[in-house]
Amino acid sequence: MDTFLQQILNGLVLGSIYALIALGYTMVYGIMGLINFAHGEVVMVGAMVTISVISGLTHFGVNLPGPVLLLIGVAVAIPSCMLLGFVIERVAYRPLRGAQRLAPLITAIGLSIVLQQLAILIWGRNYIPFPPVLDHDVVTIFGASITTLQIFIIVMCFAIMVGLLVMVERTRLGRAMRATSQNPSVAGLMGVNVNTIISATFVIGSALGAIAGVMVATNYDQAHYYMGFMIGLKAFTAAVLGGIGNLGGAVAGGILLGIIESLGAGYIGSLTGGFLGSNYQDIFAFMVLILVLIFRPSGLLGEKMADRA
Amino acid sequence: MSLLQVKNLQVSYGGIQAVKGIDFSIGKGELVTLIGANGAGKTTTLRTLVGMVKRSGGSIEFDGKETAGIPSHAFVRHGLAMVPEGRGIFGKLTVEENLLMGAYVRDDKAQILVEMERIYQLFPRLKERQRQLAGTLSGGEQQMVAMGRAMLSKPKLLLLDEPSMGLAPIIVQKIFEIIQMVAAEGVTMLLVEQNARLALEVSQRGYVMESGRITMEGEAKTLLDDERVRNAYLGD
Repeated sequence: MDTFLQQILNGLVLGSIYALIALGYTMVYGIMGLINFAHGEVVMVGAMVTISVISGLTHFGVNLPGPVLLLIGVAVAIPSCMLLGFVIERVAYRPLRGAQRLAPLITAIGLSIVLQQLAILIWGRNYIPFPPVLDHDVVTIFGASITTLQIFIIVMCFAIMVGLLVMVERTRLGRAMRATSQNPSVAGLMGVNVNTIISATFVIGSALGAIAGVMVATNYDQAHYYMGFMIGLKAFTAAVLGGIGNLGGAVAGGILLGIIESLGAGYIGSLTGGFLGSNYQDIFAFMVLILVLIFRPSGLLGEKMADRA
Repeated sequence: MSLLQVKNLQVSYGGIQAVKGIDFSIGKGELVTLIGANGAGKTTTLRTLVGMVKRSGGSIEFDGKETAGIPSHAFVRHGLAMVPEGRGIFGKLTVEENLLMGAYVRDDKAQILVEMERIYQLFPRLKERQRQLAGTLSGGEQQMVAMGRAMLSKPKLLLLDEPSMGLAPIIVQKIFEIIQMVAAEGVTMLLVEQNARLALEVSQRGYVMESGRITMEGEAKTLLDDERVRNAYLGD
């Protein structure tokens, strides 16, 4: 029972981060019908920039409370990633608008490698520890433990996701985004500048990615130039699980995937008689991906693929 | 002075000239129709007027200004709106949201709400269904949404592309009543139609288009009585 509750809590933390990243994938897919495989690298850059800013500040003897330092770091990381997302769309996708679907997929993968190599040039190949500015106070709930930081991560994720859904459902920009995703040429007739909407989608998705990157880095206390690959792939899996293109689906898929993965990691040892350990937790995400693709390719909340012409 | 003045307009699609130098004009407050067979270049002409298709030659003057160089999303700000072929409804937006998209370029919120009420008066069916997804509406109701949406952009000129297409005859009748209602509101319109008889009956003037050229023009009544028009388009 302890393991169960503990893994559910761990899964919630992980899952809400996946959900935040999955929203970036699913928003872009909803508008443009392409998978931005460089999104994982945006997450990584968000983590790296935050760490650099905090390290820089402490290095120069700025003596501020940890949360304030974190806030400053995030305040730099978010616009940096927004700019990165904007540039990614301009450089890798806009010139290929109207090209075959395979072409932007290849530039996406290429760009993702370029960004990793740039990250190596700037931050090196080693794991970078998160500066020890945050407390990790542990709270015990029914025998399961969770840090205050993790509680904060969950709460923040949900607040941001609710904010995004309200923006998409209730504002003029959100309405224009939905209209563009359904019929860009008619949206253009209504006066919507489709290019602006696409840029906005990338920029917003990248802001969420930046925040998620910081959360990953604080949760694991480290960052690495390659971290975006695996977490990006898993968030993509979450988006597919929920139904790609569907915002609610990305949230549901992310949380579900986080919990499946954590439960899997918690029980895999006893299930296999100790043959496989929790370091095999990654297989669960991809088992889920394979099962979804076989049995419900449109995802939990997605529509039948045939509806998307 | 005319609201729209088109001179020697030419449009090519991948080496094929779809519009081969046409001239026409629309005066303020007029309802003008462009009739012709499938493939005559009517839809291409409309799409060119709103910048969705690039012209290869000729001039288009709207409200006294040449429209070349206006990006396609900016036409509606200049007062040119179009109800596209197939209505172009946002099926997963509600009726109300579709109408609001029509007012996308406006920021006079209070006035928009007043005009939306006016649309709901014109089309009470839409009022009943304002929170429903537009994709669940019937073809005729969707056409009402499309017309209402276009009117909310306060167009100086409204282009209608085949509004009767794919609709049952009884609904077509209804659509033409709507067109007359909108005309009575003082909106200038250019109507492209395959249903030549109905189009000419509601219009003041008409142009006949054949393989990229305008071959006849005149008062709608005159065209309705014209021998060639009767034979070719009215099925008499």
